[in-house]
Order: sequence, then C-alpha cells, then structure tokens
Amino acid sequence: MQLGRVVGTVVLNNQNDTLTGVALLLVQPISSTREPVGRVIVAADSVGAGVGEHVFFVRGKEASFPFYPTEVPADAGIVGIVDHWDIG
Amino acid sequence: MILARVTGTVVSTQKHRKLEGAKLLLVQPLTLEDTPRGGELLAVDGAGAGVGEKVLIVLEGRSASDAIGKKAAPVDAAIVGIVDAVDLPS
Repeated sequence: MQLGRVVGTVVLNNQNDTLTGVALLLVQPISSTREPVGRVIVAADSVGAGVGEHVFFVRGKEASFPFYPTEVPADAGIVGIVDHWDIG
Repeated sequence: MILARVTGTVVSTQKHRKLEGAKLLLVQPLTLEDTPRGGELLAVDGAGAGVGEKVLIVLEGRSASDAIGKKAAPVDAAIVGIVDAVDLPS
C-alpha cells in the first residue's frame, strides 16, 4: 500500500457495468513528509473518502476485493482514511 | 520478497473491515547495502515488527492477506519476518 492524498474525482458515462456505483477518485501518492511521489492515479473508493483527505490505497487485483462479489475492473483502490502517521 | 526498514506507524480508524485490527507500518525498501531503494510503502504487520527494525516484506496480495490471517483482504504488502542477519558471501 501507499499513502496518498485525494485531489479530485472522476465521473464516467458509458462505463463498464461492473463499475456502476463505484466512486472513482484522483489520488496523488505522497511520502511520509507529504511530498508528492510520482503521478496522480485513479482509484476506486470503498471507504467514503473525500477530496483533501489523506488515505492509503492498494494496487493490483486486491483493489477489487472490497466490491466482492462484483468483479470491479480496478487496479488501484482506497482501503482506508488516514487519521495520522508518526515517523519513528 | 524484499528487505526494508520500518520507519513509522500509521493510524486509520475508517478502513476496510478486513483491515480491522491490522497494524499498519511505513517501511522503506533497502538495498543489500542497507541504503534506501525507491519510495516508502505501507505494509500490514504479520510479524510483530517495530519502528527501526529491518524486516522481510512480501509484495503480493494473496500472501500479504495470509500474513494477517485474513482471506481476500485488500492488501498488497505485508511484513512476514524480522531480519536478524543477511549473509552475502562475496
């Protein structure tokens, strides 16, 4: 998983049936010092995250697990909203 | 699997139910020379690791899920061991 910040939303029409009702959010991956890391990605949201929130997301097939039994065609998914983190 | 150093802890109240009870740790992947390699990752802890420890990370969903004793948890990285030593005869 990686830390990220939600920076926007994506709305589809003519979407694949299995994506119906799935919120798609733009996520900027960040480091633990809040610096952007790499490119913004589109992630399926299963935890009700909103723009501006810090989240963590999973990459790969596992991104679709929260929507089981629907086989959502996603390769990135937000699976938690981050309250805070501490660097030791 | 990769070697990494635990650098921090993450607190998340609102998360997928299969992640409830899982400890989330920030880890920095390492080279064999113990220098940072690539960006930080977030991993679930399946080995009781703490900040500063060198750990073994599995980067595959099913195995990561197994490491926290859950079926089909939406995770892609897990700590599966604390490293005592790495021996690389030259």
